Amino acid sequence: MTLVPDAGRPKSAASRAHAWRRRVPPIVAALSLLALWQAIVSGFGVPTYIAPSPMQVVAVFVEKGDILWINFLPTLMEAAAGFALGNSVAVVLAIWFLHSQFAERAFYPIAVFINTIPIIAIAPILVLILGNGFAPKIVIAALICFFPTLVNMVRGLKAVSPQMLELMQILSASNREILWKIRLQSSLPFLFAALKIASTTCVIGAIVGEWIGSNYGLGSLIIEATYNFRAPMLYATVILGASMAVAGFVATSLIERHVLKWKPGAVF
Amino acid sequence: MNAETGVAADSGAAATAISVNGLVVRFESESESVTALDDVRFDVPASSLITMVGPSGCGKSTLLRAIADLVPATSGRIEVFGRSPKQARLSRDFSFVFQNATLLPWRSAIENVRLPLEVGIGNGNVDQHGEPHELLELVGLKGRENALPHELSGGMQQRVSIARALICKPRVLLMDEPFGALDEITRDKLNEELLRIWKETGTTIVFVTHSVPEAAFLGRKCLVLSSHPGRVREYVDIGFDEPRRLGMRDTLEFVQVTGYLRSLLERPNWERPPQ
Repeated sequence: MTLVPDAGRPKSAASRAHAWRRRVPPIVAALSLLALWQAIVSGFGVPTYIAPSPMQVVAVFVEKGDILWINFLPTLMEAAAGFALGNSVAVVLAIWFLHSQFAERAFYPIAVFINTIPIIAIAPILVLILGNGFAPKIVIAALICFFPTLVNMVRGLKAVSPQMLELMQILSASNREILWKIRLQSSLPFLFAALKIASTTCVIGAIVGEWIGSNYGLGSLIIEATYNFRAPMLYATVILGASMAVAGFVATSLIERHVLKWKPGAVF
Repeated sequence: MNAETGVAADSGAAATAISVNGLVVRFESESESVTALDDVRFDVPASSLITMVGPSGCGKSTLLRAIADLVPATSGRIEVFGRSPKQARLSRDFSFVFQNATLLPWRSAIENVRLPLEVGIGNGNVDQHGEPHELLELVGLKGRENALPHELSGGMQQRVSIARALICKPRVLLMDEPFGALDEITRDKLNEELLRIWKETGTTIVFVTHSVPEAAFLGRKCLVLSSHPGRVREYVDIGFDEPRRLGMRDTLEFVQVTGYLRSLLERPNWERPPQ
């Protein structure tokens, strides 16, 4: 008889119950903190413009839902477009670096340099160049995604065992075949590690872009709410931005789990 | 101890699969030059199974890699069925089995076996090949076709890699310590199965190992190498009764053969010329 752990085995009731038990502590902790927050704000009579209570923030979601939604969509679009752009450029560049040592030597230091400039300092420069539309926000979101993906992808494409390359040499495989059949797949764990970072930072990039010269999006809503002491609106916007990042992270992780089924223990 | 039974009689008449003549392999680096193999010469008769044994660092892996066109010869000649290693590689005359199974972790067993049919086939020399399902059956993995490598044990993974090596019906199978990473029980089992596969396919096998009993049990001939630099110490004919069974390793005859091989390995390097 062969005893082999079966990855596709359906989960038993016991393991499902165990999974639920693991989720209970964080939920209880979060709810307790919210209750504490509410108690402090009402108990000490903190003015709303300094710190709103959780109930006031919830009220904003109910009453000003349309304004939040209208500003949520452009930010989502910018973050998603930036995510796609930044990561695509990084992947293509990594493949180029793999095949050309010259390119790697020439451009890798430049990529490092660009990464060291604070994103908040690049934003005005890009607004001056690209204007007030979607373009600078997308580019900022792309820039912030770009570097981690480039570094990981360069490593991932090279993370092939020497024996595997010898096998391909014995099979007289071409570089193109090695790239498509071996390197790209074996780089996927590295790529997804980077994409998970990028899925949250692209939202930051889009919001920072909207701080400078914009009258729409979550970023501009944050600025406007701050200047007008509309603290509940400010908190609601921040929560919405954070939710967007979390949703991106969860989506990336789910795709990773599906794509990397072959990798034992590939969970997020 | 050149046993005269069986093998010795037909070794002269059979065609030659691999012929190595005056092979020298030297690795040059900026600071030093290391001679890995020096004046190595031997022939491998077609359809035979020969083993190579030697102390670590004697260049037995290098020798196998030179035959496989992975390491260039500094001087001397290697022929695989009359062709250069490169020509032999391009026409898929040989396959290689590594110490690690070297499977693609995202491909199922059967997809891994198919890999050689998907890459490097621009030369049109893969027109005749085996059937992946039959090969997995040959190596005893029927029913595990769709298992991913991490769902298989180390021994099973190595079986997949042997099936993959056989897919292009190679005339020569080069094996570099293929069972070295396995436990002894699995290793014994695979040794017996390798003999069965060898008889069923008729492929010439060159098997590198650092285990003396394994070399004696599998080999019809055993090439004993000395180290620093790697030279042929002796090319020993091994003529046990066929078929070979694991139990025969406890016979006096077998122990005498392994004892002789060990004495060759332990003997000081008196052949070495003064430098």
